[in-house]
Amino acid sequence: MLALDVQQLTKTYKGGFQALKGVDLRVEEGDFFALLGPNGAGKSTFIGILSSLVNKSSGRVSVFGHDLDRAPERVKSCIGLVPQEFNFNLFLPVFEVVVNQAGYYGIPRREAKVRAERYLRQLDLWDRRDTEMRRLSGGLKRRLMIARALVHQPRLLILDEPTAGVDIEIRRSMWSFLRELNAEGTTIILTTHYLEEAESLCRNIAIIQHGELVERSTMGALLGKLHTETFVLNLKGQVSELPELGGFVLQHLDDCTLEVEMNREHTINGLFEALSRNGIEVISLRNKQNRLERLFLDMVEQRPADAGEGV
Amino acid sequence: MVETRRYWVTFQTIFTKEILRFSRIWVQTILPSVITITLYFVIFGRLIGERIGEMDGVSYLEFIVPGLALMSVITNAYSNVVSSFYSSKFSRYIEELLVSPAPNWVILAGYVAGGAARGMLVGTAVMVVAMLFTDISVHSYGVTLLVFLMTAVLFALGGFINAVYANSFDDISIVPTFVLTPLTYLGGVFYSIELLPEFWQGVSMVNPVLYMVNAFRYGLLGISDIPLGIGFAMIAAFIVALAAYSLHLLRRGIGIKN
Repeated sequence: MLALDVQQLTKTYKGGFQALKGVDLRVEEGDFFALLGPNGAGKSTFIGILSSLVNKSSGRVSVFGHDLDRAPERVKSCIGLVPQEFNFNLFLPVFEVVVNQAGYYGIPRREAKVRAERYLRQLDLWDRRDTEMRRLSGGLKRRLMIARALVHQPRLLILDEPTAGVDIEIRRSMWSFLRELNAEGTTIILTTHYLEEAESLCRNIAIIQHGELVERSTMGALLGKLHTETFVLNLKGQVSELPELGGFVLQHLDDCTLEVEMNREHTINGLFEALSRNGIEVISLRNKQNRLERLFLDMVEQRPADAGEGV
Repeated sequence: MVETRRYWVTFQTIFTKEILRFSRIWVQTILPSVITITLYFVIFGRLIGERIGEMDGVSYLEFIVPGLALMSVITNAYSNVVSSFYSSKFSRYIEELLVSPAPNWVILAGYVAGGAARGMLVGTAVMVVAMLFTDISVHSYGVTLLVFLMTAVLFALGGFINAVYANSFDDISIVPTFVLTPLTYLGGVFYSIELLPEFWQGVSMVNPVLYMVNAFRYGLLGISDIPLGIGFAMIAAFIVALAAYSLHLLRRGIGIKN
């Protein structure tokens, strides 16, 4: 079943700015889906329309078979939104924020309290239940937005840059939580500027730019489009002169660090063998750039702002 | 049935949130009106009122009690909704409601009920204070309560519309200062419109507050410048018009959606 079916979605703001230019997108139930794009590409407008915060200009949106125009209440019941910006009453305590949100969805107060406790515990916020929102750190607020979005147990969770500005420890714990949630059957759509996050979590991906979808594929197929990869090698000793290695392009970063660009036809094993033959020992290596980040930059840089005009 | 129960829970949630909001800050929301109206009773009712003598057959203090009580209902019902709903827009937590399946009429009913509750609470407190200054025996409890409630609902709706259009905190004080206060003061709170020249009597007839004050005065004292039926019909018509307009604003997402 399709969790989301969007057809020819357009949005033109007052003043004539066209944020979405006929977007078609389908997301299967149970998917962990990445929606990527540079700032101003139309991602937040797209998510705003799905979650009823922005009125669409034209097009059709269907969530688990419910049409947004004909059955908006059913669509809203299916969706949980974690927005990009904090949107809390800063003077309310944490527990009340989550219980009230359940109440807005018609969940009776007794049940709302049980659910609020469950999600606050899962997201390590239970000890802060009586703390006013304004006293929470940014990372805790981000986690609370997830608890609030889950309290009505939505089938589709939309996360708009959920880990922006949070430290690596909290980010990793949120990833782990989201993976579990997805494994339990919740469909997740994620937008993020941390492409490592999208690569690590998502199975399918769409890239939006200038209000148009420029890519829609599986994560594996997209990463398969990379023809070359670049690694940074830390060497055991100093290397003053670089050897010629067929199929590998070597570059000095400093006396003990090399950058190697290699074609996908070659393997890491082959690289190490060639380096060993030339007496170069490697202590460690890392990707110079996240693979998805590189593909993403290639795609958006190939499409200047007016590339899609007139389509 | 399931839908009705869901709507009821949503309404209760918004209503309770509103009650807790103004209760937590009662020093800012409840107390000021009571102190101000007490000063009105002391200065206008006792000190100046004794020199004015009777108006419409009752002492001046008794004459102004209904108007002052209603003035506090109007001010508090209005300001509760305008400040609460505008704050939710300003800090964007109105989105919590907009993403939920709560129908627009339930959202409106929740905010209006919260505002009306504050208006009636303060109005009741003012009436209790009034009892310390004068012996008013209520002429008709039914009329009194109904006018109290309808006035609170009407001005809570007015506050909602103001909040929808407001783009800054300045905007939520413009209407109370430049529209609400003049309407209230010119609505026969302190005088009988029979004292006015004929032309100004005619002008006063387009002031909705006049109908409320007189209907409420009838409920308390049994006297009114306006026939009771016309008073109720006017208040009800204003409520229907403002409620319909508020729902239109919510449906279009004006001021709250892009």
